[in-house]
Amino acid sequence: MEDAGFWTSYALPGLIILLQCLVVTVCLLVSLAFLLWMDRKVWGAVQLRKSINVVGPFGLLQSFADFLKFAMKEIVVPAGADKTVFFLAPLISFVLATIAWAVVPFNAGWVVSDINVGILFIFAVSSLEVYGVIMGGWASNSKYPFLGGLRSAAQMISYEVSIGLIIVGVLITTGSLNLTRIVEAQDGAYGLFSWYWLPHFPVMIMFFISALAETNRPPFDLPEAESELVAGYQVEYSSTPYLLFMIGEYMAITLMCALMTTLFFGGWLSPIPGLPDGIFWFTLKTVFFFFMFAMVKAVVPRFRYDQLMRIGWKVFLPLSLGWVVIAAGLAQYGVPGYARW
Amino acid sequence: MTVATLAFYLFACTAIAAGLMTVLARNPVHSVLWLILAFFSCSGLFVLVGAEFVAMLLAIVYVGAVAVLFLFVVMMLDVDFAELRAGMSDYLPVGLLIGLVLLIQLGLVAGQWVFADAAPELRTAVAPIPAEVENTRALGRLIYTDYVLLFQLAGLVLLVAMIGAIVLTLRHKAGIKRQDVLNQIYRERHEAVELKDVKPGQGL
Repeated sequence: MEDAGFWTSYALPGLIILLQCLVVTVCLLVSLAFLLWMDRKVWGAVQLRKSINVVGPFGLLQSFADFLKFAMKEIVVPAGADKTVFFLAPLISFVLATIAWAVVPFNAGWVVSDINVGILFIFAVSSLEVYGVIMGGWASNSKYPFLGGLRSAAQMISYEVSIGLIIVGVLITTGSLNLTRIVEAQDGAYGLFSWYWLPHFPVMIMFFISALAETNRPPFDLPEAESELVAGYQVEYSSTPYLLFMIGEYMAITLMCALMTTLFFGGWLSPIPGLPDGIFWFTLKTVFFFFMFAMVKAVVPRFRYDQLMRIGWKVFLPLSLGWVVIAAGLAQYGVPGYARW
Repeated sequence: MTVATLAFYLFACTAIAAGLMTVLARNPVHSVLWLILAFFSCSGLFVLVGAEFVAMLLAIVYVGAVAVLFLFVVMMLDVDFAELRAGMSDYLPVGLLIGLVLLIQLGLVAGQWVFADAAPELRTAVAPIPAEVENTRALGRLIYTDYVLLFQLAGLVLLVAMIGAIVLTLRHKAGIKRQDVLNQIYRERHEAVELKDVKPGQGL
């Protein structure tokens, strides 16, 4: 009897959760391979060149070839490096970027862990991601990586503040921290005009820019600015550790795209009333925002570091703080679209 | 033994071991990394007691911000490890003494600690929270509705402390070039460029 209770109450649910995690991770990694392909194709198109087109049709399998190349190469550890921390850093950045996906709702009910504080969980995990970069930069025992690590520490903390405050505005409108509830609150009679991008329009753009800075994407890729720091915190990394860093970085970028979709663009909801909702819309929106990330990288030149800090602290922080007050006031006095609890 | 108990022992042991390693680690950067692990395990413990909001806050504020600044400062220090180890024996007795005093104090406090007979009822009498209300909402109601004045006063004290710290460390040096972004943006062409008619063979 005891065994049966153990099986039905612990082992089986545990196994199901494990399988769900596995499915999400595998799907993410495979789609990441094609997102990387898309990224490079977009830059190629912007820069008027052919870009990758050799491996597979249209170069579609290039990411898999790259994966093999990375896995086959020799791992080089610099002399004087702190070996444990050196190898822990890419692992941390990969694992943290992956576990945040546990609370992202792909469709109604399609979420590994539907916790009450889902958005805070993502926020916490994305604020921990800085450790991968700092540890990698410090453990390499080399000047350029160290400078890159220091830059990223300051940069990611600065932009977390504005991201947090922007999220607070959305939470005030929803009245819940659960991501599924946030999406459901955007379900309305007007299709895409019921979504939060309309009532929260100015901060939506600020969220996009802060997401670029939070994920160290151009034009805010100062931790790995190749014209100043060679490749920043990644200089000493090669082979599989580098691959983990890269996957972690792209996973975090895709997460930010998914977060944009969930918070401001109605997650799995269809933009036109009458069309069926579903994971198709979620994927389409996320890929669209990934396309925007790629376009920004291709089009916008890199910021200077003091300008980056100025925008974060002197522009985004006061604006997002002001928006929290304004959104709270609008919600309190029942302006349509701002109070949906 | 349930999974929750197992998780509790896992987090608790990790927290204690990490705390111990924070003190024992030779390298200060390793110390901070162990400290981060200790914070993280504590936030796991909060999840286990059902305080998920506090747990996430602990992860965001302490692990995500405060510890990063710690690490930031410690990494920048130019520490001579040999010198650090040489000083160890001098400070060990004092450190042990402080630790002993703290331990005795903790023991005295914990030994005298008795719960009032109706502790849960007394608590709910001050701040009644229905059982079905989720953690975050209950906390928000306590802080921002029931005890808003106390909370705002505490915030004010922190604000004064922050302003004090800034005033103490702020130094205006004369003769330093400062960037004024608005000034740069609103600069007109005629202020920046001057056309000169240069005669051949003369220069400016």
